[in-house]
Amino acid sequence: MSELSSLDNDQPLLVAEGLAKNYGRLPACRDVSFALYPGEVLAIVGESGSGKSTLLQLLSAQLAPSAGRVSYRMRDGVLRDLAELGEAERRFLFRTDWGFVHQDPAQGLRMGVSAGANVGERLMAVGWNHYGRIRDTASTWLDRVEIDVGRIDDAPKTYSGGMRQRLQIARNLVTEPRLVFMDEPTGGLDVSVQARLLDLMRNLVSELGLAAIVVTHDLAVARLLSHRVMVMKGGRVIETGLTDQVLDDPREPYTQLLVSSILPP
Amino acid sequence: MNAPTYNFAYLDEQTKRMIRRAILKAIAIPGYQVPFASREMPMPYGWGTGGVQVTAAILGPDDVLKVIDQGSDDTTNAISIRKFFGKTAGVATTTSTTDATVIQTRHRIPEASLHAGQVLVYQVPIPEPLRFLEPRETETRRMHALAEYGLMHVKLYEDIARFGHIATAYAYPVKVNARYLMDPSPTPKFDNPKMDNCAALQLFGAGREKRIYAIPPYTTVVSLDFEDHPFTRYRFDAPCALCGADNSYLDEIVTDDKGGRMFVCSDTDFCEQRQAAGHHGTESAAPHKEKAHV
Repeated sequence: MSELSSLDNDQPLLVAEGLAKNYGRLPACRDVSFALYPGEVLAIVGESGSGKSTLLQLLSAQLAPSAGRVSYRMRDGVLRDLAELGEAERRFLFRTDWGFVHQDPAQGLRMGVSAGANVGERLMAVGWNHYGRIRDTASTWLDRVEIDVGRIDDAPKTYSGGMRQRLQIARNLVTEPRLVFMDEPTGGLDVSVQARLLDLMRNLVSELGLAAIVVTHDLAVARLLSHRVMVMKGGRVIETGLTDQVLDDPREPYTQLLVSSILPP
Repeated sequence: MNAPTYNFAYLDEQTKRMIRRAILKAIAIPGYQVPFASREMPMPYGWGTGGVQVTAAILGPDDVLKVIDQGSDDTTNAISIRKFFGKTAGVATTTSTTDATVIQTRHRIPEASLHAGQVLVYQVPIPEPLRFLEPRETETRRMHALAEYGLMHVKLYEDIARFGHIATAYAYPVKVNARYLMDPSPTPKFDNPKMDNCAALQLFGAGREKRIYAIPPYTTVVSLDFEDHPFTRYRFDAPCALCGADNSYLDEIVTDDKGGRMFVCSDTDFCEQRQAAGHHGTESAAPHKEKAHV
């Protein structure tokens, strides 16, 4: 794989140390530590209310942790504590080096403006000022996520659910981020659309050497996309390991329950 | 019945002081929208309550006031505001652009070039250029603070994608002093270049939205565009029917119900000055006699 060729990949991209978040007296997330390496896809699985969405928000600096910290290796190779970044830097990071794919595409897209402008927005935000080039890049990305380029001037509110989700992915990847956060990326889609989306995401992740953190309750998504899995319950990480290992040979009783609750095909 | 007595220029001194502080701050940070405690004025929102408050705060007894509405000195809005200050401040009023020291305007910048010492006061309905793209005030303020203006280009991109060119014809967004994105109020984009490096002080008052902003004299004002779709001015391709001017902004006037129309200068003062200097168009300025339809 391509990431083995670069020396930088020996160093983690994102490091979480002792992360915790309390909502009043309610601990939503407790003592989470891990390191994510470039090109690695990590799935966070668990049932509703297990703290996985809170954890994702902590990792992407949208929530301030009650304890612990998250560090990210910037493009200049320096590992920096996200809490110490200025707001301008954090927002810049969010627009360029990171992507965030929401479960509901309406949250991640501007539903009223055309698909081309949705994809081009990040480029314009980093100073692209040439309409023709922005449009060409947007067309290329629509093509890459298998959206008919003829629909570039249509607003996403005229798109189907699967197309919206693919558009959201294109919008996030256009600035060539190194890390993408995904919150239930296939939630609410029917099975055949899910399969197509997963296939697309798997290809893009390996082509671009992306690191990704995928929150999902769907173990099939974890199995298809991720290299590593973290199982959460009650705000704690109860089991972590290689995806095959955790899903084929679960150690914790809760994980065994999760795995056995999948209906056999 | 006792005639009501007003403080000079209607507003009380404490209010004028508050507005002047906002104006000073606005001048210090060109293009930045300064919040101020907008007062109820004896006119409805949308009729220039913001502009009137700014004018009231800066007016002195020696000032000469001109008020224009869409370039015209003789529309209801212009006349009533001019009379308002004539009555409450007793200042001299004029229709001449060059003689005025304070010009309150709605939707136009006069054709005659402004000189140092003049103040142009704009009436602004919606001061936030990003409002229709981002409805949250907290978010737009943050975008201004961090100079994140990519979203404005999204709007221009949409125009080109839909119409083939930047179709925004008024309230065309500008960047002031290479920092703040600003809405020039609903002036036609024809007027945008006049704001750049202007000798006069330009003040903007939005009464309902409670914001004041400013462009100090000789400040760079750049209209946003794309490299391959540069900013262009727009005017009807015709000379003024009254004065023959071919470089002024024109109003289209429908003259009958059979498709008849004429184009005349929107700036009435400019047009009259030209006619007085002997310029003619295809029509005469004297009103036609009423013709009975057969």
